[in-house]
Amino acid sequence: MVTFNSYLVLSAILFSIGTAGVFLRRNIITLLLSIEIMLNAVNLTFVAAGRFLGTVDGQIIVFFVMTVAAAEAAVGLAIVIALFRHRETLNPDAFTSLRW
Amino acid sequence: MSDLAAVIPILIVTLSALAAMVAEAFREPGERIPSGLGLIGLVGAILASVFLWDRQAVAFEVVKADNFALFINVVLAIIGILTILLSSEVVEREQIPAGEYYALLLFGLAGMMLMAAATDLLVIFIALEIFSLSVYVLTGIRRTSAAGAEASFKYFLLGAFSSAFFLYGIALTFAETGSTRLDQLGPLVAAQAMHPSLLALLGVGLLMVGFAFKVSAVPFHMWTPDAYQGAPTIVTGFMSTAVKAAAFAAFVRVFLSAFEPLSASWVPLLWWIAVLTMIVGTVVGVVQTNVKRMLAYSSIAHAGYILVGIIAAGLAGGDSESGKAAVLFYLLAYAVTNLGAFGVVALLATGDRPHDELADFTGLWYRRPGLAGLMAVFLLSLGGFPPTAGFIGKWYIFYAAVQHGQYALAIIGVLSSVVSVFFYLRIIVMMYMTEQPAEAPRESAVPRVAMAALSLAVIAIFYLGVLPTQVLELATQSVGSIF
Repeated sequence: MVTFNSYLVLSAILFSIGTAGVFLRRNIITLLLSIEIMLNAVNLTFVAAGRFLGTVDGQIIVFFVMTVAAAEAAVGLAIVIALFRHRETLNPDAFTSLRW
Repeated sequence: MSDLAAVIPILIVTLSALAAMVAEAFREPGERIPSGLGLIGLVGAILASVFLWDRQAVAFEVVKADNFALFINVVLAIIGILTILLSSEVVEREQIPAGEYYALLLFGLAGMMLMAAATDLLVIFIALEIFSLSVYVLTGIRRTSAAGAEASFKYFLLGAFSSAFFLYGIALTFAETGSTRLDQLGPLVAAQAMHPSLLALLGVGLLMVGFAFKVSAVPFHMWTPDAYQGAPTIVTGFMSTAVKAAAFAAFVRVFLSAFEPLSASWVPLLWWIAVLTMIVGTVVGVVQTNVKRMLAYSSIAHAGYILVGIIAAGLAGGDSESGKAAVLFYLLAYAVTNLGAFGVVALLATGDRPHDELADFTGLWYRRPGLAGLMAVFLLSLGGFPPTAGFIGKWYIFYAAVQHGQYALAIIGVLSSVVSVFFYLRIIVMMYMTEQPAEAPRESAVPRVAMAALSLAVIAIFYLGVLPTQVLELATQSVGSIF
């Protein structure tokens, strides 16, 4: 029997994997992917909550989140390209011209 | 059609953004149509907000143009107008694509206005993304600048990261209550105020983390100095004021209406965030040698003072409005002051170098007396000297904190603003009391439009500093409408 809590735990694990990815991976494309994992973990929570609460709202919200994630990816990749033109590297540790 | 009344200010700004974008395609070189359209749109938004005052218009059940939202609308429109007036010269000098610049500015403002008016967590999230995406692009709009691209990337990465936290908070709240609408959440949250469930607490905590990122509160401030330094200075002024105003508006609305019954759980957390924000913002600001970076840390400290106001309001419960009114007043006072300071730094820059190191301000009084005089007013207001807006703003905030027994918070706040006076005064000393280098010639005059904008900001600072009661009255009226 799959309970609501199993879904919550699964999405919490996915969200943690995404968070850890942002801190640990050293490639900016992978960083963007990690953020996508976090957003999709949230989507899973929304869908599961909608299913178990018996409302359709959860599924509808996910459409909004997917749209926002797509817009974010478009802007994010554009910024990565602009950055790559200046630096020719994808390692975030190399971006050190601004530092206190 | 009455449904649309509440979103008229937002629609006007959006339309002017679209018009600015289209106008850019047909623009002859040298014409300044996009900025003019932006000004028309923002003035229209102010008029529409005045017209909607006290009407409590609601659109689609989730966008509520109550007095609170309208007050923020006017603050945002003032920020937008000042930014556009200060921009025209900078945009030409730094060869920023004008159409995109003004369109993004206006789309961002429309998103911020939506954020202030939204009464549904999902709409707040979408509004947050609308303006965040605009500001990410504005940060990196100088494509030739490596620092700009880097700042834009850092801002984007941490912004998207914090959005995910914010969204997770919404999801957990939804899982707990089955709704994202603040008016439906409120009673459900209030019902479990004594024994909040783990899900509700996690939801509130994650929402707070999301907001703390957007208002650059410590320990979620790492992006602020980098993004502020790398962005074109005028964009820095815009994002340090407008983004803060919108984020704090939603912060106040969410935490002081729906989640107010849980204040016993979130006030202690926010207390530590506020203390850390004030201390780190001030102490790290002292050691900066770059003026933009120093102003970035000063803006972090100012976010801390505003958080003090929110804590006072959270402790007060529904009966007192002094804390909330103080927050609104401070947002306006801080907006005109900080925008002015960044405006001066932006006007000082020349085509080949940014002119933002502390040493660049040496003897400025002898070279550009007008700008040096204005900068002194802005810095004194940031430092909280009477009779400026900054002083009255801080006074109301700390007074609200003392009223609700938060003596420690008020003392830390006053101490940190005393320390911060050191780095504001240091610039003033550099400008006035250092001998000017012999070879430096008097430089060209400031463009008239930009001078007018800066003078307006100075007039606003003294108006708010000398005759604050009228604006405070409006702020008090408007916070009463949140519930």
